[in-house]
Amino acid sequence: MIEPLILACVAISMIFNTLGVIGLHRFPDVYTRLHAATKCTTFGSIFATIAVAAYGFGQWYYGNAAYGNMTAHAIFALLALLITNPTGAHAIARAAHLSGISPKRAVVDILEEDRKKTGSKKREEAKGVES
Amino acid sequence: MNVDFPLVFLFLSAYSAILMLVAALRGVLGPTLPDRVVSLDTINTLVVATMVTLAVAFKQIIYVDIAIVYALLSFITTLYIAKYMEMKMGVGK
Repeated sequence: MIEPLILACVAISMIFNTLGVIGLHRFPDVYTRLHAATKCTTFGSIFATIAVAAYGFGQWYYGNAAYGNMTAHAIFALLALLITNPTGAHAIARAAHLSGISPKRAVVDILEEDRKKTGSKKREEAKGVES
Repeated sequence: MNVDFPLVFLFLSAYSAILMLVAALRGVLGPTLPDRVVSLDTINTLVVATMVTLAVAFKQIIYVDIAIVYALLSFITTLYIAKYMEMKMGVGK
């Protein structure tokens, strides 16, 4: 009953991890690479974790009591992935933009202009406080 | 339906290891520093997935706990490297 579900999760995990790594190589600049790698790899890893949780649940259901632990811990691993991965990707993208890398073939970068305006204002305010 | 699931999960983790090598290639080739960091982040996620699947392959539940700790530590590493990039090349001077 639960076996086709596990096999489907394994297949989805393999397909999406492969797509993420291919995207990491085929896209032209940092932001698109980050987009492909993070989204696809997170999705694939979540499905690998779901497959493990389902396997543990199946074993537990058929009377193998030790595998109940595996299901609970796999769900915790899923939550950890789900919370930490997008946050890390956001930090990387922000740092890349702050370090002056513009997207390839970009025509206009409004965030950069905006940051220049507010940044200079903030710097002046800071100077006023110091003096 | 009679599937040898530890073998299936062992195959999945071996496949993820191959993907890790391909992702590390981007870290070697990557022209800028953020490219290498993206490659590192991808490898970290794949390592977590591999550890969780190896738990079924080797029938060791403790591998899942190690995967949780690895996920949290790699998250802190990523945040720290991002902070370092901002300090090194950024406008926050």
